[in-house]
Amino acid sequence: MSKPHLVDSKSSFTLAPELLVKIHDLMVRTRSLEERLIKMYKQNDGFFWIGGPGEEAFNIPLGLLLNKGQGPKFDYFHGHYRSMGVLLSLGAEPIDALRQMKNTATDPFSAGRNFCGHASIKKWNVAPISSPIEVQYSIAPGTALGNKRAGDGITVVTGGDAGTAEGDFASCLIWSSRPGNELPILIVVTNNKWGISTSADTQHGDRVIADRGKAFGMKTMVINGNDPQESYLKLKEAMDYIRKERKPILMEARVSRLYGHSSASGANFVTNEEDPLKTFEEKLSAAGILSKEQMKKIWDQYNESLLLASQKVRDEPQPSPDSIWDHVYCGQKGKPGRYV
Amino acid sequence: MATMIQAIRMALAYGEQHLGVTDVYGEDVGPPLGGVFTGSMGLKTAWNSPLDERGIIGFAIGLAMGGQKPVAEIQFVDYIYNTIDLLKIAGNTTWATAGDWCVPMVVMTPVGSGIRGSIYHSHSFDAMMTHIPGWKIVMPSTPLDAYGLMLAAIKDPNPVMFMKPKALLRVRPPAEDQLIPGEPADEKVLKDMIDAPLGDRSAWKPRWPKLEDYTVEIGKGRIRRAGSQLTIVSYGRTLPLCLQAANQLADEGIDAEVIDLRSLWPYDWDMISESVRKTHKVLFVNEDTEVTNFGEHLLRRAVEEFFYELEAAPKLLAGAHLPGIGLADALEMASVPQLASITAAIRELAAEVP
Repeated sequence: MSKPHLVDSKSSFTLAPELLVKIHDLMVRTRSLEERLIKMYKQNDGFFWIGGPGEEAFNIPLGLLLNKGQGPKFDYFHGHYRSMGVLLSLGAEPIDALRQMKNTATDPFSAGRNFCGHASIKKWNVAPISSPIEVQYSIAPGTALGNKRAGDGITVVTGGDAGTAEGDFASCLIWSSRPGNELPILIVVTNNKWGISTSADTQHGDRVIADRGKAFGMKTMVINGNDPQESYLKLKEAMDYIRKERKPILMEARVSRLYGHSSASGANFVTNEEDPLKTFEEKLSAAGILSKEQMKKIWDQYNESLLLASQKVRDEPQPSPDSIWDHVYCGQKGKPGRYV
Repeated sequence: MATMIQAIRMALAYGEQHLGVTDVYGEDVGPPLGGVFTGSMGLKTAWNSPLDERGIIGFAIGLAMGGQKPVAEIQFVDYIYNTIDLLKIAGNTTWATAGDWCVPMVVMTPVGSGIRGSIYHSHSFDAMMTHIPGWKIVMPSTPLDAYGLMLAAIKDPNPVMFMKPKALLRVRPPAEDQLIPGEPADEKVLKDMIDAPLGDRSAWKPRWPKLEDYTVEIGKGRIRRAGSQLTIVSYGRTLPLCLQAANQLADEGIDAEVIDLRSLWPYDWDMISESVRKTHKVLFVNEDTEVTNFGEHLLRRAVEEFFYELEAAPKLLAGAHLPGIGLADALEMASVPQLASITAAIRELAAEVP
């Protein structure tokens, strides 16, 4: 990591330069990983890509603020398939995402069973990411009750704006705010204004999603999720409140979607949405925190190391056909019988 | 001698006291009602949830992931249908994460006909549930088995669906069953200890008997009547009817073996196999609708494995393939197997010659 210069006195940054540099590094790492995953898909090194390029400015601060560990004393994270930035800022290794893309036996999240971006890291309370839209919203209040009983841990659940049409989102609001039984949960909606190819403007009369929380007496926040500093500060404010008050917050983060929905829609870069990483780099450069040369070096390092990692993954074994029978039940391996 | 619903309640009390059950919850599960069938009356961890089945199942998954031990109730299985993708997630989480997460949760729900419950209080769920791998699925037909299966379900590290045959919830145990370990023999004494009074019960507290551990292994059936000429495999509401029919037909010289499957998944194929190899005739009985019925799976397996040993075509007697069960007495009786239709099916199978 490059050493930062002193902060320009005219800078709009209030976060410490070391933290800004760390956030930038993780944002580049995440973007470079997503772009490598897209290349792998396009080179036939995977069947499907879905991810979250454009959400880094929100996801990196979120991951950095989680209290990482296993069990209800620590924070739980229920993400969705655009949450790669959270995972990397928690400390996940990028090569493991490549392994899931290549569906190798070495994929630590699903052993070749699930799509890329569908992580599971129990040792850090990262709940399994699954494809059905919004189911995480009806599951997350359960871990929040575990948190409430165990100490000051909290639960964070994220999902997209289109999925808030599902009943699970309403379930989350209701179960998190039962009178006298409020839960320590941060309910996040990353609003990119799209549901695959459908514009939110054509389907949603609720112009401000966060306002739905007001009906439940819940504190609500709308933030610019494309600004890493604002995201960090607002997330910290929200998470500190939940940790202390043991009550829910509904936060809507406005974000970009830079490569479309998934490989099903081409996975090509879009030019009509703000690239939060580009904006952040311009500000960092203007503030004298990182030079363009320093940032280019970071990009080159990640692009190179991920290329090498993708080549390594290509040679790793695929799961064996017999492995389909493993883990139908807790702790079970192998096939005891045809039907069991 | 406890009824099945008292046995379930005592098992949950034992679970709270000794097995780490943290939450028994669902619609009207907590005070003052304690469940629409009184299954959770007086339990210290019982609480009322919003009227939201998806929320109930999702919350149970979250509780299980969050270090808690939930027993969630869906008030009637007829209302579980909008939770099916969450049931799938509970069942596939361990597999999808290659063993990273286990989901130790129990869902209990009354199933089947028998109380004139009309179109939305009479559903069965055998076929739907056995289509969702990763779960264990049980359905008792006696109070003692209900107690033992509930303790097994609570101890299991996987999601377990505990189906309560609602027609049997208030039926007394069969004569051959022993007492639940710790329960008083006198039903009036037990009632005084654990049943809430009518009217104001705000100051009432149960006095639980000194209950003991008793576990029925999931996946093990029970021979309720030994016989030599044909095998009947059933579970839940239809099981006592099969037993009654078999006992009556003994007078006609028909000697039927009756197996209570008790667990639908995994199920006791060893017990079925041994019986069919002895009798060479088999009848499967349940009350779910007959098309793509769980009994069809058992029947198909019987055909594949015993084809050359069978002395009659294996049979399935199940509910009519109808959109619902009608309210009127005659409609319900005509829609699902009853004593007369079971008796007729056994007699027909017994009479068949190769």
